[in-house]
Amino acid sequence: MLELGPLLSRAFQALQSWVILHGVPPLAAWILAKAIQVGVLVLLVSLVPMVLVYAERKVAGFMQARLGPMNVGPYGIFQTLADGVKLIFKEDIIPVGSDRLMHIMAPMVVVSPVFVCFAPVPFGKGLIPIDLDISVLFIFAISGISTIGVLMAGWGSGNKFSMLGGLRGAAQLVSYEIPRVLSVVPVLMVYGTLSLKSIAMGQVGLWHGFLPKWFIFYPFIGQLAFVIFLIASVAETNRTPFDIPEAESELVAGFHTEFSGLKFALLFLAEYAYVFLSSAMAVALFFGGGDGFTLGGWIPSWFWFLGKTFAIVFLFLWFRWTFPRLRVDQLMQFCWKFLLPWSIVNVGLTGLMILLRK
Amino acid sequence: MIGKVIRSVKITLPNPIGTTNPLMANSTSLPTIAPEVFPQQAPANGMFISLGPQHPSTHGVLRVAITTDGEVVTSAQPDIGYLHRATEKLAEKRTYPQIIVLTDRLDYLAAMTNNWSYCLAVEKLLGVAIPERADYLRIIVGELQRIASHCVFLGTYGIDIGAFTPFLIAFGRERERIIDLFEEICGARLTYNYIRIGGVMADSPDGWETKVSKFVKEMYGRIDEYDTLLTYNPIFMDRTKNVGKMSQEMAVAWGITGPNLRATGFKADVRKDDPYGLFSKMKFDIPVGKQGDCWERYWVRIQEMRESLKIIEQALAAMQPGETMGKIPKTFRVPAGEGYGHLEAPRGDLGFYIVSDSSPSPYRMHIRAPSFINLQVLQVLLKDWKVSDVIAILGSIDIVLGEVDR
Repeated sequence: MLELGPLLSRAFQALQSWVILHGVPPLAAWILAKAIQVGVLVLLVSLVPMVLVYAERKVAGFMQARLGPMNVGPYGIFQTLADGVKLIFKEDIIPVGSDRLMHIMAPMVVVSPVFVCFAPVPFGKGLIPIDLDISVLFIFAISGISTIGVLMAGWGSGNKFSMLGGLRGAAQLVSYEIPRVLSVVPVLMVYGTLSLKSIAMGQVGLWHGFLPKWFIFYPFIGQLAFVIFLIASVAETNRTPFDIPEAESELVAGFHTEFSGLKFALLFLAEYAYVFLSSAMAVALFFGGGDGFTLGGWIPSWFWFLGKTFAIVFLFLWFRWTFPRLRVDQLMQFCWKFLLPWSIVNVGLTGLMILLRK
Repeated sequence: MIGKVIRSVKITLPNPIGTTNPLMANSTSLPTIAPEVFPQQAPANGMFISLGPQHPSTHGVLRVAITTDGEVVTSAQPDIGYLHRATEKLAEKRTYPQIIVLTDRLDYLAAMTNNWSYCLAVEKLLGVAIPERADYLRIIVGELQRIASHCVFLGTYGIDIGAFTPFLIAFGRERERIIDLFEEICGARLTYNYIRIGGVMADSPDGWETKVSKFVKEMYGRIDEYDTLLTYNPIFMDRTKNVGKMSQEMAVAWGITGPNLRATGFKADVRKDDPYGLFSKMKFDIPVGKQGDCWERYWVRIQEMRESLKIIEQALAAMQPGETMGKIPKTFRVPAGEGYGHLEAPRGDLGFYIVSDSSPSPYRMHIRAPSFINLQVLQVLLKDWKVSDVIAILGSIDIVLGEVDR
């Protein structure tokens, strides 16, 4: 009843046929429909960080025995909007010693892959912008481009702290990519597909009538894969306890020290969009996507998907406000000596399980 | 008119790296600057980083000039003086009671103990007797001040390591309550001017003691909360254990005092070794560490908070109603001579050395500032650690720049 997917697809069908009736060639009509979809997606993805920033500030406030933003709007809900307006009107400073082109390009390189990454995410029944066969691989590959942006931001600022931050960031992102990808391999092995939609569809249903068929409920391998994925995702999004590239107490603000105004806002947007993307991926891979009880159709799948995603986003926020920060070498040790071996073990265990099943 | 008064002064600042400054090279009238602090050229292999004075984790306006090889520190030189206010010189032009307000501004996180230390020195010169109640009140506010100061240390150290929440818990919740208590007893929240020569400014208001004992009871639980939040957090321990080790010999050689010395296992506390006030009557332990690393410097302070709570409880129990000010005339001259008063401030052995020539103001006042002396060890302590460890070590020494620069 409240499912948005069929409704939207019917609306787009109607739009297309209406345009074609008025003499537009079918291909152009299709492109128009897709353009509108892309516009909606980009708009939503840019709005999500605003919600997350507000959520983060509120969560931080409650964890720290204070209230968080309270003044702009009821309970401060327009605080991020006000901050956004402020950032837009701020002076855009390019430092004298900086590499101008790098400095200007860096936020764009960081932020543009995020929007592309959301294309194959199954937000609910029929709510998938493009159903790619290789969507998992696609997201990993495209999000890796942001690493270059981090490096460019660090180098282009002409600041030692920024450069250290950029180098640390690049090393960290490249290292944690490996256990992150390997932690997803068991999921791909079990469901035999790289498409996020098919993986999420494969997890619909119940075991023995009460336990959801989500991947996280596979004994041992499910939990291990999720924990590794979560830790690696936190590292990929540069958040505490892995926020070494922007370690505030050491590197001032790391690679985004020298950015102001809209450029800073873009870097910020990228961080939160990646948090949301990682959570959405975790939901599609481990928590059955939009699966959940529907109460006779009154709880739509997109609601379940977003609910689960925000629950995992909360984990990210929780980590940030409770953990201290690791040191660079400890971070690398943790990745190579702990996460990587265990993710490989997990792949082996999954193979064994699949063999035994046969 | 104004344009004529303000002459155009061209200030040429020394450039930290690369270009040589002609002013610096030729002029002999300029003060000599240690070559490590403003190097004329970048080190042959590695990088020169000027950490501060506007860096977020230098705790005020400290600048540490470090050269690194990759992320490893090859040399470090603290550069101080950005907050110099000539307190010692100012004291020579003021009467004795007027100097107390100056001492407030030294270690602004522990103004009570500053007042107390100065008053100890003057009282020694005067030979005046302190009423018992005043002495107990001094102990209570002094130990509350130690807790408040350590709360700030705990919070800022958490931020140095990357944990934000302990700061707002310890700084915003517990220290705030102590400051409220201080506000009630003396009207000020940061610069108290409460402990006066011969006693204290005022008796405690009605119900203040109950509030203090209530706070003390709750504080035990709060400290346990800090333990779960930060002290025994595995990441925090990873960052601070075995980092920035200081041997006992090194600590003694550099004149380190306070928690930093005790963390090395050296049992030294002015409250026990040279008891002042009524501390000889108090029962408390001196927590000591084993190897003097960052974590133990932190841990010693946490344990000290517990001991301070015990002292406050004893003082509250023993305190009787009575006078709070000794027999001191409104204006007085201090007999000629020398007086030295020192006590265990939150950051170490804080001493005031006063030479009097029986005029209304001291002939000379010298402050033995523990932060200033503890800071000096950084040049050897920071060597061979990573840049991230520099922050951890710097934070664990716990300096207050108001006291370092005076």
